[in-house]
Amino acid sequence: MTFNGYRRADGSAGSRNLVGVIPTVVCANDVARAIVGQVQGCVGFFHHQGCCQLPPDLERVTDTLLNLGKSPNLGAVLLVSLGCEGTDTDRLYRELQAFGKPVEIVRIQESGGTSKAMAAGTDAAQKLLLEISGRQRVPCDLSDVILAIKCGGSDATSGMASNCVIGYVADKMVDLGATVVFGETTEFIGAEHILAKRAIDENVAEDIFRIVREMEHRAESLGCDMRKGQPTPGNIAGGLSTIEEKSLGAIMKSGTRPIRGVLAYPESATGRKGLWIKDSPGREPEILTGMAATGAQCMLFSTGRGAPQGFPSMPVIKICGNLHTYERMANDMDINAGTVILGQKSVRDVGEEVFALMLEVLNGRQTKNEALGYFGSIDIHTLGPVI
Amino acid sequence: MEEFFALQVHLKDNVATVFASPEKGSCVRVDDSNGASRKIEIKDDIPYGHKIALTEIAEREKIFKYGEVIGLAVRNIEAGEHVHVHNVASLRGRGDLAAEIAGEDRHDI
Repeated sequence: MTFNGYRRADGSAGSRNLVGVIPTVVCANDVARAIVGQVQGCVGFFHHQGCCQLPPDLERVTDTLLNLGKSPNLGAVLLVSLGCEGTDTDRLYRELQAFGKPVEIVRIQESGGTSKAMAAGTDAAQKLLLEISGRQRVPCDLSDVILAIKCGGSDATSGMASNCVIGYVADKMVDLGATVVFGETTEFIGAEHILAKRAIDENVAEDIFRIVREMEHRAESLGCDMRKGQPTPGNIAGGLSTIEEKSLGAIMKSGTRPIRGVLAYPESATGRKGLWIKDSPGREPEILTGMAATGAQCMLFSTGRGAPQGFPSMPVIKICGNLHTYERMANDMDINAGTVILGQKSVRDVGEEVFALMLEVLNGRQTKNEALGYFGSIDIHTLGPVI
Repeated sequence: MEEFFALQVHLKDNVATVFASPEKGSCVRVDDSNGASRKIEIKDDIPYGHKIALTEIAEREKIFKYGEVIGLAVRNIEAGEHVHVHNVASLRGRGDLAAEIAGEDRHDI
């Protein structure tokens, strides 16, 4: 099966053809925002990292931005640097260029300040947009797709309807030769033994136990019950009592296929097929960034409470298991899976609806959050303190 | 009379999820994963998507959903009672618990 995508220099296939404006540090966000506001077809990645962090985190930020920049949904990249940040901006530029991605850089301090950097950045973004805007979609195999899956703003319907629907699509995409990536390590706590049984070998099983152990230790390090942090007050109001209950529902979205391995947060999944785990927290701004860095062209996102946000460069399809939420937030929710709870439709029926919409979205159809431009709040997950 | 319904996901489960907002004293039809149904009178108002106990659950007994442990009862729970954060404790991510107690419980899972 095929979709119509943008074939990139590295052989990957994009579902969008955007100019990515990437601030290399939080302090470059304002200049980057001005450029995105001026030039058509640009999306900005306004994160809060890149300076006064320990070296492993700075490397993590650089790697994440690099793989975001390599995303097949970006036709070109404009880096906006302040000039004194900890992110390795030169490596970013060099590696994106070597990768074959059209890339430009503007440095605020070197340009002579804010207004001059805005002007130089606007010129550079315009040039990049003109360069890529005539590119045509061509038929690409569905096995070129990296599909990210996620649940957020979960309630009791998530594990019993919308996540089951995503699980159906995940299995179908794996069988079609695609790559499927799920994450939210926090939401494996209490369900990791089930995932580990699906690992392709003992090393992968041990990796699953390890990332859960590390995440749980971080959660426990402040000496309190993690409840309210996870499950969130919204999850609790929606009927989820413990992290174990939330996790058992969350893993439904991973379907039933073998788990081939664990990817680190900044890592790309390009060239890997089948079902993979990305070690990531559950919070949207951070996991969506991690998933886009995976190279995902599209995300299926299940919700019960009504999480509306998307991501600048990755279309996010919202699948709602709660009928009441779907009705209240119809302009944010793409698919109604509440019919599964009522027994009106099967998981397979709604799964096929999601699959059909996903194909359209890969072909260029906008998701509801894309159409609304509701995708500005992103961040990069780091492990150490800001110092 | 309006019929309220609940789902028991796994036969091992001692709770069911109610997909309605019935008041205390209402009768809820519980469908299990085999397609069988039974009726339970509920002892509390239940918000949409929340759980009820299907049997009596003693303090320190495990709560099962999806056929898996989702926590421990922190007090005796009657059949038909609301099962939630007020009477169920998580066993995981408990920085507040002595490591020894958490360790024992974890090995049980």
